[in-house]
Amino acid sequence: MHVAGGLKKTKSTKQGRGLGEPALVRWLLIAVTIGFLALFLLVPLAAVFSQALEKGWETYLAALHEPDTLAAIKLTLLTATISVPLNLVFGVVAAWGIAKFDFPGKSFLITLIDLPFSVSPVVSGLIYVLLFGLQGWLGPWLQAHDLKIIFAVPGIVLATIFVTFPFVARELIPLMEAQGREEEEAALTLGASGLQTFLRVTLPNIKWGILYGVILCNARAMGEFGAVSVVSGHVRGSTNTIPLQVEILYNEYNFAAAFAVASLLALLALVTLVVKTVAEWKVRQELANN
Amino acid sequence: MNRKNLFTVALLALLSLTLPVVSFAAVELLNVSYDPTRELYQDFNSAFGKYWKKKSGQDLTVKQSHGGSGKQARSVIDGLEADVVTLALAYDIDEIHDKAKLIPENWQKRLPLNSSPYTSTIVFLVRKGNPKHIKDWNDLVKPGVAVITPNPKTSGGARWNYLAAWAYALKQKGGNDAKAKEFVTKLFKNVPVLDSGARGSTTTFVQRGQGDVLLAWENEAFLAVNELGKDKFEIVVPSLSILAEPPVSVVDKVVDRKGTRKVAEEYLKYLYTPEGQEIAARHYYRPTDKKVAAKHAKTFAKVKLVTIDKEFGGWRKAQTTHFADGGVFDQIYSPTK
Repeated sequence: MHVAGGLKKTKSTKQGRGLGEPALVRWLLIAVTIGFLALFLLVPLAAVFSQALEKGWETYLAALHEPDTLAAIKLTLLTATISVPLNLVFGVVAAWGIAKFDFPGKSFLITLIDLPFSVSPVVSGLIYVLLFGLQGWLGPWLQAHDLKIIFAVPGIVLATIFVTFPFVARELIPLMEAQGREEEEAALTLGASGLQTFLRVTLPNIKWGILYGVILCNARAMGEFGAVSVVSGHVRGSTNTIPLQVEILYNEYNFAAAFAVASLLALLALVTLVVKTVAEWKVRQELANN
Repeated sequence: MNRKNLFTVALLALLSLTLPVVSFAAVELLNVSYDPTRELYQDFNSAFGKYWKKKSGQDLTVKQSHGGSGKQARSVIDGLEADVVTLALAYDIDEIHDKAKLIPENWQKRLPLNSSPYTSTIVFLVRKGNPKHIKDWNDLVKPGVAVITPNPKTSGGARWNYLAAWAYALKQKGGNDAKAKEFVTKLFKNVPVLDSGARGSTTTFVQRGQGDVLLAWENEAFLAVNELGKDKFEIVVPSLSILAEPPVSVVDKVVDRKGTRKVAEEYLKYLYTPEGQEIAARHYYRPTDKKVAAKHAKTFAKVKLVTIDKEFGGWRKAQTTHFADGGVFDQIYSPTK
């Protein structure tokens, strides 16, 4: 049945778009994709929530109210509140500079922005240990002045900023390049100042792109494990973020609580996906309107 | 230009964050410890907190950090401000002297019993009914027996496991270093996976159902049985094992800077009191206090124990011979069999 139906469709698409794959191949590819998605994304996601709620809502809520877990949630929120705005400002500035102006070394700058994507998070964490650790370059000086960077909140924030560095810029650069410079040039010839041009012309054009970048950046900032693990020191109730707390609870045979905390991150992921879909759709609309 | 200003602002924002950390806390200690002691120190901290409040009137919070013993030592060396370290073996604390000079070389002489308030040993955890009939070390080298142990390179517990097996082979008739090496080589041929820490190995064995026998700290084995079901696992005590002495120390450079020496020293001494010993025993660490030990004698199986100092000439020597790069462990273990 499928084959018959598929064949007809093949014919119509053949005429319509000039694609020549047999129906069977197409169905097979779609089935493989869906099967893969279900196996590797949906099943684990469902497992997180079912494990989290295995012992009922009360245990679930109690697990989230535990002081060390609350401290981890607070620290994660604090980290995201600092690192995301910084990377937002940086991302917009960098994308503006790269997309709207020409200057020597531009492609090198783009490569630099991409660096955190290609470096393993563990290495990113170790960089800070090497810099700020007691045996590192700045460690003795910091200690003499009673400043703590690694194994304290600043180190966690720094590592998170490094890891989430490219997200906003990477999202905006292609979008701004695709939009071109005509509108800005028109604004400037009509007498607008640089700031006016940015606020009235550029910003409205990229607002959905910014939102998308911020959401991705935030998701990574809250979910980062490797880099943060290296600089955290794992002091309970002070330097554990949500992902580190999940690991600790799991290692303490406290599975319900571990999955309860993990479900927070899973929820974050779901929200991210929804906002991302909306933002992507809006971006496409904006490009089409242009 | 813009970016440079931004960087300055970011840096200032970060530095301002450090201020509340530095300023006046009541009394706070940080105990940097290894994996299986989480539950022990949770209890001990609240007991000592009460004791200290009575004695000095100060409110005390003890923060805990846990992880693989070697990794934890590394963090202290890199600047994690531990007032006290309570690690799995003396060598890891030696490293804190060697690499960072945060403690004097003779640190282990400062408290009684090699600075080890409680001891432990290595036992086997097997599945209920002991289907592979594992009774002693020589059963571990039989074909078809899968042994779970963490990596001796990273885990303190794993180094005790390894040395216990070595000591067993040495004590057999006609035992010598060559025979022991052969025995341990055969044993590690039966190890399908090396986790980085003791807790990771326990999870592999208990939670993921891998392997026939887990080489574990005695306290870790008890905890696994109690937490995850007496109907699923059994503890097997071999004919001979090793006396594991997890030592403790104040980190001098840190307590002197923070002004916490007095309370930190008291904290460690309290581990030796009957109250401290009782808490250790309740968490299945072998108490060193005679009276408390007698009270809990039923819990801990009598087993012939060799010591690291007598059998291996101390931790420094054992470390260089067996676990350093190119040492015996590197010669006998290759991940691709």
